[in-house]
This record gives sequence, structure tokens and C-alpha cells, in this order.
Amino acid sequence: MPLAAVMLLPLVWMLVTSVETLAESRHFPPTIVPSGIHWENYPNALDSAPFGRFFANSLVVTLASVAGNLVFCSLAGYAFARLRFFGRDVIFIVLLATLMVPFQVTMIPTFLIVQHLGLVNSLGALIAPNLVTPFGIFLLRQFFRTLPVDLEEAARIDGCSRLGVLFRVVLPLSMPALATLGIVTFLWTWNDFLWPLIAISSTDQSTVQLGLASFQGAHQTRWTLLMAGNVVALAPMLLVFVFAQRWFVQSIAATGVKG
Amino acid sequence: MTRRLLGSEHAAGWLFVLPAVVLIGVFGIIPIGWALLLSFQHNDLLTAPTWVGAANYRELVHDPVFRDSIRRTIIYTLLFVPLSVGGALGVALFLYRPIRLSRFYRTAVFVPVATSTVATGIIFNWLLDPTYGIANFLLGKVGLGPYGFFQDPDQALYAIVAMTVWGWLGFDVIIYLAALQGIPQDLLEAAELDNAGRWGTFRHVILPLLSPATLFLIVWSTINALQVFDEIYVTTRGGPLHATTVLVYYLYNQAFELFHAGYAAAVAEVLFAITLVFSIAQLWIGNRRVHYTS
Repeated sequence: MPLAAVMLLPLVWMLVTSVETLAESRHFPPTIVPSGIHWENYPNALDSAPFGRFFANSLVVTLASVAGNLVFCSLAGYAFARLRFFGRDVIFIVLLATLMVPFQVTMIPTFLIVQHLGLVNSLGALIAPNLVTPFGIFLLRQFFRTLPVDLEEAARIDGCSRLGVLFRVVLPLSMPALATLGIVTFLWTWNDFLWPLIAISSTDQSTVQLGLASFQGAHQTRWTLLMAGNVVALAPMLLVFVFAQRWFVQSIAATGVKG
Repeated sequence: MTRRLLGSEHAAGWLFVLPAVVLIGVFGIIPIGWALLLSFQHNDLLTAPTWVGAANYRELVHDPVFRDSIRRTIIYTLLFVPLSVGGALGVALFLYRPIRLSRFYRTAVFVPVATSTVATGIIFNWLLDPTYGIANFLLGKVGLGPYGFFQDPDQALYAIVAMTVWGWLGFDVIIYLAALQGIPQDLLEAAELDNAGRWGTFRHVILPLLSPATLFLIVWSTINALQVFDEIYVTTRGGPLHATTVLVYYLYNQAFELFHAGYAAAVAEVLFAITLVFSIAQLWIGNRRVHYTS
């Protein structure tokens, strides 16, 4: 019980502060039970930063990254699992080796490349580098290899194309792996901060995390407003997480990735 | 016929991997080589770069802020990894047994996993506010404090450790719970029959069976600890008086605030080397002690 209290205290205290008056928050000892529920902090927070825009941007970037990973990692993962083609093993090892280099090591040249492509300060800068990941390819390849090959061969003999086999036979059998990749990509992209911080400079291209950080910068110690904004920014992800906890937990356990 | 089939398999294979190879090539492989080149250049991210040989590295050796940032990164890592992995083991053993409200406890422990690092930082700025924060109020109740937390150079790094352990604990617990679920029930029953006792069962049955998960978590937490950035950016910005300027913060500051991209690239190569050394050493030591079941 003390454990649950310690884990939940930060979030509960955020909620409590978000409905206090500014005077109540600037009081010591802290006001544990506010005088009333001051909802006005929420409209005030929504008025002082374009949260709707931030959500729309994050949603576009996240959905594009999830879709890109599902399609491109499936294609590549299937080729690495089932097709024999020139250079396959070398390419696979090179792709896997990039997993060993932390993003922080390569982020400066990645920024320069994005700059050359004219993508700086656009959502494209956030989407393009995240459309496919070696991790996702590896995950799906491992899963595809556990499927019985007979079904695919039968479909081929029936005249199905390789793409048809992948989309009509293999992927329908791979829903658990695809769900895992989708959930992990979703969590990771939605909560990513360092790359958007570098690649985006204007408010109207900001993601939720970026917008939240500059919101804090603009309202330093107006804690009631900051906590209300924080609740707004966190609520969708936390609600999805709590309701779909089982899937999130299984995906994290299966892959060992946190955003 | 065979040639044609084989030929089409080559073509199909290449077509399937092409998007991935192009994208990972441009955004994953080229930057690795370029990062190394950059570390031998003077580059301000705007004008044409110039070659400076090993000057960036020579400068690094004599840069006190850089040396301190390595020291702080290692102190942070040495605190964060045992606290988060060890803490998670305790929590997982507690949550593993069927107890009342266990679903509620699990949710309480897991929720920070979905909480973004930025939101975590903002919440802790408020909790740990030296004047009005609830942390000083609660600690005062048990006769501790008041503390300056993020505003005290002697405490800021430890406050960052506490905040990030809160944020990461649930992730480690998830991994441990999955590993605990994989322990065959008959092994635990056999230990009970042998009168192994709770400590004996833990020490000689559970802990060895969890060792692959423990090794994974130690390696993974270390990699992440060496790269800590977001929570520091949102709370202390590397301060006060550089007290929380860790390696990646210094790298970011040099590259994207001071536009010393070449110098920052040299910092990045050092980060890469440290990460590799830690990971290889841990895997090497760990693999001799880990108990894998077939």
C-alpha cells in the first residue's frame, strides 16, 4: 500500500493541484483539500497554448510511424524470413548492427541529413526517420519464422503472388506480433522528445511533448495552470494505457522497449 | 525454369527490403559514418565544415565540464541501475503472489511507464518545489528537510535519480513479472517439499531462474541511464552550476545551443565507446553467471 501511494502520489497531486486556485497552490503547508473544484484552470490552460494543434501533430506523426513500421517491417521481415536473395544475410546483419549505435550518437548527422532534405521544422522530419526500424524488422522476422511454411507454399501453388501470400496468409496469422509492434511504436513515438526538440522549432509544428515543454517554459511557476495543461496532455495516453493495460504490458514484456 | 524462379525470388527479395534498406541507409547507416567524420571537423550546422584533425578530441581531454559530465553520468548510472532493477525485483515478488487489490497495485506501478518523460519532469518540478512542494511537506512530517532538490547543486543529481526511478520502475516490474510467470510451479513446490524456506527458495530457485531477466534489465537500464536527457532538460537544464550536466545534455548543449557540432560529435563518439564498454563488460561477466533453462 505505501508503494502504491508513492507511485500514484505524483499523478494524484497533479490532479489535485489542477483544480486548486493559484493562491492555494502558493501556500505552505500545501492545501491538501482544495476549497472547491476550480475547473477554470483547464480552459485557461487550453487558451494559453494550442493543445489541439499539438495533439493533431502528434497524432499525424504517430499514426504515420505506426503505419510505416507495420508495412515496411512486414515486407522486409518477410523477405529476411522466407526469401532467398543475393546479399540477404549481409544486409540483415548490417541492419541489426545499427541497433547497437545509440540515437544520441548519430543525431547530429541525422539532423544535417534532414536539413539537406528540406524537412527541418516540418512533421516530415519526425516521420521520415521513424517509418521503419531495424528492431521492428527483427521482431517480425523472428515471428514469421515460427509460422508453418506449408500454408505459404500451398498458396503459392494455387497461384498467389508473393505479396498476396504475405498479405493474405502470413499477416492474418501474425496479428499478435503486429499488435506488439504497433503498440510499442505508438508509445515510443508519442512520448519521444529529444528528436522533436532538435528537428522542430515552431509552435505550429510542435508535438504534444514539445508543446508541453514550451508551455512550462512560458508559465514557470503558475503550477495550477501547468498541472491542468499536464493533465490535458497526459490524459489520452494514460486512459488508453489503463483500458488496454493488458496489451501494453504484454507488448512491453515481449519486446523490452519503453518510450 | 529454375533460373527464372530463382531470378524472380532475388528480385522479389530486393523489392521487399528496398524501402527498409533505403530508409535505414539514409537515417541509420549514413549517420554512423558521418558522425565519425564530424568529430574531426569544425561544424556550426550552417556554414561549410572545415577539417581540424584530432583537435576536438585533444580539446575534450582538457575540458573540465566534459570530464565532470562523464563523472556525473557514471554516478547517475551507478545509482539508477541498482535502485531501479533491485527495487523492481522486490515489487515484482510482492505483486506476483495473488493478493487483494493486486490489479490496482499493478496499475499503480505500471502507469508511470506510459507517462512521458516531459510530463514526469513537470510533475516533479512541482512536487520538489523547495518552497511549496509537497515533498518537503511530507518529509518534514518525519523530521527531514527542508531540501532544495533541483535547486541545490549537491542534491539535484540525486533528485534526478529519484524521479527517473519512479518513471522506469514499472517497465522493469513488467519484465520481472513476465519472467516470474515463466517459472514452473513444480520447481517451487519441490523447494517447499525440501523445506527450503522462503529465503532459500528465493536465493537458490527464484533468483537463478530470473537471472536472464536481471541481466537484460541491467544492460538495458545501463544503456538508458548513460543516455538520460529528457527529464534533465525539463527540470534542471543541466544546472545548477552544471550539477546535472550529464554526457547527452552536454552533447545537446554543444551541438544545438552553442553550434559546436564537430566538438559535440566527438562527445558522441565517447558516449558510444562508454556504452559499448559497459554493455560488453556486463554481457561478458553476466553470461558466465546467468542460469539459462533450455
